[in-house]
Amino acid sequence: MPKFELSTKYKAIVIGGSAGSFQPITQILAALPKEFPVPLFLCLHRLKHVRHGFVEALSIKSNKDVIEPADKESIRKDKVYLAPANYHMALELGHFISLSTEELINNSRPSIDITFESAAYAYRDKVIGILLSGANKDGAAGMEAIHAKNGMTIVQDPSKSVINAMPNAALARTKVDYILSVEEIIEFLLELDKKYRI
Amino acid sequence: MGDIEITELRKLTEFIKQEFDYDFKNYAMSSFRRRIQRVLDLYKMDSVDELIRLLAKQEFFFEEFISEVTVNVTEMFRDPTFWRVLREHIIPNILLNHNKISIWHAGCSSGEEIISMMIMLDEMGVADKAKIVATDVDKAIIERAKKATYPLKNMEVNRKNYLRYQGKYTLERYYKESGSEAIINPSLLENVSYRKHDLVQGSVFSKFDLVLCRNVMIYFNQTLQNDVLHKLHESLFKYGYLVIGSKESLIWCDIAHKFIVVNNEEKIYKKIKD
Ligand SMILES: C[S@@+](CC[C@H](N)C(=O)[O-])C[C@H]1O[C@@H](n2cnc3c(N)ncnc32)[C@H](O)[C@@H]1O
Repeated sequence: MPKFELSTKYKAIVIGGSAGSFQPITQILAALPKEFPVPLFLCLHRLKHVRHGFVEALSIKSNKDVIEPADKESIRKDKVYLAPANYHMALELGHFISLSTEELINNSRPSIDITFESAAYAYRDKVIGILLSGANKDGAAGMEAIHAKNGMTIVQDPSKSVINAMPNAALARTKVDYILSVEEIIEFLLELDKKYRI
Repeated sequence: MGDIEITELRKLTEFIKQEFDYDFKNYAMSSFRRRIQRVLDLYKMDSVDELIRLLAKQEFFFEEFISEVTVNVTEMFRDPTFWRVLREHIIPNILLNHNKISIWHAGCSSGEEIISMMIMLDEMGVADKAKIVATDVDKAIIERAKKATYPLKNMEVNRKNYLRYQGKYTLERYYKESGSEAIINPSLLENVSYRKHDLVQGSVFSKFDLVLCRNVMIYFNQTLQNDVLHKLHESLFKYGYLVIGSKESLIWCDIAHKFIVVNNEEKIYKKIKD
């Protein structure tokens, strides 16, 4: 039996992380090939006033282009989109991104819940949500929304996360399809990549 | 979040257009949906239909609804590097050719942006040359802007921004504390006139040297952004400046070519064609 249940229906992979997620994210980006077939959307809690440097830091090891989108920017599948500091990032019907400076949610802007919920709304079962290490419960409601639309949900194994509150909050709130180490998340994504190429 | 369907939102916006003559049809979908969900949660309502019934029944509720639906989040010296560019390049440039300077804050929210402007102009010694008009669609928020009184706890972020802006003094110079509030020195705002104005349905009412419309069109879809840009364009003198929010873009608007980019990072444009 194959380790993962894969399909080529996916249109968006949303990844959320907070404290302790920088390392896993860079590992994941370093492992993905340039032509990876599904766009990635990163919602990471970060310092609000540090407008520069983060994209660059993530780009260093990534084969894919990492960009902070402008409001209403069209989605291209060869890109990695990073929620800009101090903006919520949502996916919209019609393949574009919108930004917003609404109130903080769970004390966060960008809020992982907003990115995940909007992805579930726009892409229904064609979303994969991945929640990494973090010290709060942002993303749990978003994972629930993805699951409710029959999208796929993955959390970083709490026992292997630097800070496990965020993966645990998701596990407590909703059904999660896979609980994986970072290495396994990478394996999953590479398997998915293969599937698209057959 | 439960799912509000697009058909329900459409019903709501049509109702509002009909009854109150406000047009939310082309507000950006996902944030508008979240705002409506927020209103439902706030007033413990179960459905959009219930909201429509309440709006129909209690006329005074509509003003409150507008306040809740619009996003009013703002800061003094928001994006400090923008204010530096304004101080060092844009304002001096305008004053090179003009003796007076007219400024429009479109979507001024609770007024932090206006205060930043007046502090900047004051420190540059040119405040008396400026005529400022500040508008917003939300009546209640304009009243807050006029009052220019803010929770002290908000001042921390404002002070940090001012520091990053590298102002001449300290922000404390411009307000006095009273209980848990910071009251901005009223003389700072003497040259400001406030009025309610709807960018969507309102008409062009004057011309300016500098228009700030930051983080307002971000809540509109592209169709509406395009329409509003036409109005902003018309509200500018030739060679006047337009500023939008740091993550907004107008490159896809049909009259984008009537502007040149003065500073891409800070989203400052100059009108070069009528
Ligand atoms: C996020 S605030 C921006 C405040 C300030 N310009 C800034 O960047 O910090 C957006 C403001 O736009 C106003 N707004 C929304 N729709 C509008 C419309 N149709 N016409 C005028 N103002 C509108 C809202 O009421 C809100 O106060």
